[in-house]
Amino acid sequence: MRLGRKHRDYWRRNLKATAWLLTLWFVVSFVVSFFARELASVTFMGFPLGFYMGAQGAPLIYLAIIWWYARYMSQLDREYGVHEGED
Amino acid sequence: MADYTAGPLRRYYAFYTAAFFIFIVVLAVLERFGLPPRWIGYSFLFLTIFLYATIGVLARTASVSEYYVAGRRVPAIFNGMATGADWMSAASFMGLAGTLYLSGYQGLAYVMGWTGGYVLVALLLAPYLRRFGQFTIPDFLAARYGGNPARLVGVFATVLASFVYVVAQIYGVGLITSRFVGLQFEIGVFVGLAGILVCSFLGGMRAVTWTQVAQYAILIVAYLVPVTILSYQVTGIPIPQLTYGLVLQKVQVLEERIFDDPAEVEARRIFRERADGYQQRILSLPESLDEERRRLVDQINDLKTSNAQMREVVALERERRDLPKSSEAARVYWDKLMRQAMQRGAEPEHHATPYPTAGGGEAAAAVSDTARLNFLSLVFCLMVGTAALPHVLMRYYTTPSVREARSSVVWSLLFILALYLTAPAYAVFAKYEIYSTLIGSSIAQLPVWVSAWGKIGLVSIEDVNGDGILQLVELALNPDVILLATPEIAGLPYVISGLVAAGALAAALSTADGLLLTIASALSHDVYYKIFRPNATTQWRLVVSKALLLVVAVLAASVASQKPATILAMVAWAFSLAGAAFFPALILGVFWKRANAAGAISGMVLGLLVTLYYMVRVQVDSIPWLGIQGIGMEPWFGIQSTSAGVWGVAVGFVTIIVVSLFGQPPSQETQDFVESVRYPEVDGS
Repeated sequence: MRLGRKHRDYWRRNLKATAWLLTLWFVVSFVVSFFARELASVTFMGFPLGFYMGAQGAPLIYLAIIWWYARYMSQLDREYGVHEGED
Repeated sequence: MADYTAGPLRRYYAFYTAAFFIFIVVLAVLERFGLPPRWIGYSFLFLTIFLYATIGVLARTASVSEYYVAGRRVPAIFNGMATGADWMSAASFMGLAGTLYLSGYQGLAYVMGWTGGYVLVALLLAPYLRRFGQFTIPDFLAARYGGNPARLVGVFATVLASFVYVVAQIYGVGLITSRFVGLQFEIGVFVGLAGILVCSFLGGMRAVTWTQVAQYAILIVAYLVPVTILSYQVTGIPIPQLTYGLVLQKVQVLEERIFDDPAEVEARRIFRERADGYQQRILSLPESLDEERRRLVDQINDLKTSNAQMREVVALERERRDLPKSSEAARVYWDKLMRQAMQRGAEPEHHATPYPTAGGGEAAAAVSDTARLNFLSLVFCLMVGTAALPHVLMRYYTTPSVREARSSVVWSLLFILALYLTAPAYAVFAKYEIYSTLIGSSIAQLPVWVSAWGKIGLVSIEDVNGDGILQLVELALNPDVILLATPEIAGLPYVISGLVAAGALAAALSTADGLLLTIASALSHDVYYKIFRPNATTQWRLVVSKALLLVVAVLAASVASQKPATILAMVAWAFSLAGAAFFPALILGVFWKRANAAGAISGMVLGLLVTLYYMVRVQVDSIPWLGIQGIGMEPWFGIQSTSAGVWGVAVGFVTIIVVSLFGQPPSQETQDFVESVRYPEVDGS
């Protein structure tokens, strides 16, 4: 297929969103867990914070990341007039 | 079933869930009037299997597209539910709560890994695979990396990872049927197999999808009901996910009291002494083996002459029979016993403490750092494996559009979280019940569930210090038992136990269905049709697929009946294998145009080999039936075999990049293919 400027634009914005969300994912998964010992002294809802992040915080943030990505990409699709498999 | 519009489907499934609730209530009432527990077990197991079979038969199909990808017409929300059931296996349902019970914070690696992997699926894979829109993952590899060699490697990895995974599921089915219907474990395995086959055999992906939706409803109800009741009993609020923080604090108070109890300390000391004893024996092999045999014989003779209890004599006889034959075997056997005794004699760990430090000082800090490294690498492996397991990725071929594929991942994770956010609560509530009621009670008067589960060898009690009171270290629980026994531990009616068993069965069956279908499609579609007989008729392709399904299923059941390892360990291996084989090739295939066939194939093969090598050498020391001995090695940086994928994925990425850069860039055709996967058709281009 021939690529127009619009294609490149669309792809660039997709990549940017992906990169930001992956950074957030990395911080929540690995950086927070790395410091779990230090976070144990803080209490949240009766849990030590490190424990809470592993048990509920991180999974809920993952859900938010995926939800936001789906919403953002649908907006991009509308903006760029993408119709795929919907006819 | 032919009509896929969401409205009627929602009505069907709402009606079906309501009917299931009524069924539970009826059974509960019957139990009040004296229906024996065995019948409750039967009704749950056979009714649910009958139900899945009905859906399977109604959704039978002879169309290739329906068989492999359910006609690509599954609405996002239902695909999410089916993915949830496909995803949540016997390991999630039974193993997770138990692992969290036994290892506390460390077990959270599974919760994070299995949910965080969906971020990778959603952002890096699902939309692109859907835009590609073929049937299997090897299809994608072949299209991107120039044909059949890449396809074959993909098929091999698919079959390997899925097979390990499916063995774990069938093992779980055997466990459930043997406990709740009283079948022998080995027979239970094959009965479960029949249940798996009725769903996937006739209707392929289409039947599997619609039974999985039904199975999701049952498994999630079964998972939430007992712990919700427990939460209400303990805290007065029926939302376990919110209340277990407070119960965790109570558990911490109990831990303080129990861990330092003098009888507890004494029992731990006895276990450590035992470990020393085993070590002595290992050091003085081979004489110690003869000595041990003589000692047991003498003891048996003494007992026989002194008119002792028959039970004790039988126990000693069994011990004598189980004694290894050769001194090599004795070394392995005693080494295992020594490790077990050492583990039980060690200082117990607090539930909520991350990377515990036993004692203090530099050695303890190193132990803690290794625990952290293992935690992080397990999280990594599980995430990458999630984003690489073919049976999950395949599900995103079934949605009608790319947009639906994206929102389908959101639904998937939402439905999955319902279970994963509850599992840690399960562990805490079960711990609270056991610590507060069971520990410190008289061994002669333990509740019935202890002996019921003891019969299958999942619970064992040994009064090491002989005081007739149960200490914490004297109770050994297999992680797979916690969830199934929780209703009994909390003294709930048996109907709840039956419900949990039905849920566990649904979890195991749904995943096994998806996996078997994946293996069969890889072999029939990718190997038979694409490589050997490109002009085979569609009918013949389906016949081959179904025949293979049968063969693979029987093979898996035979392996499972050997009880090779715990469910969770087997599943973790499958994740490492899949992650190492597929993740680098798939990601670079979409995001790096320069990756070429030679790079991808060598990367996949090397990644897989490194993972297998590490797994085998860290996990086992000898393979008796191959005559291999002494191949065990010290793990690199202390990383356990379950996280072997860390090395495999790293090697995979490096190899693909290096080999690709040395070779030619891929052809124009391949580059066009990458673009077609990346860019949608946009207006005005």
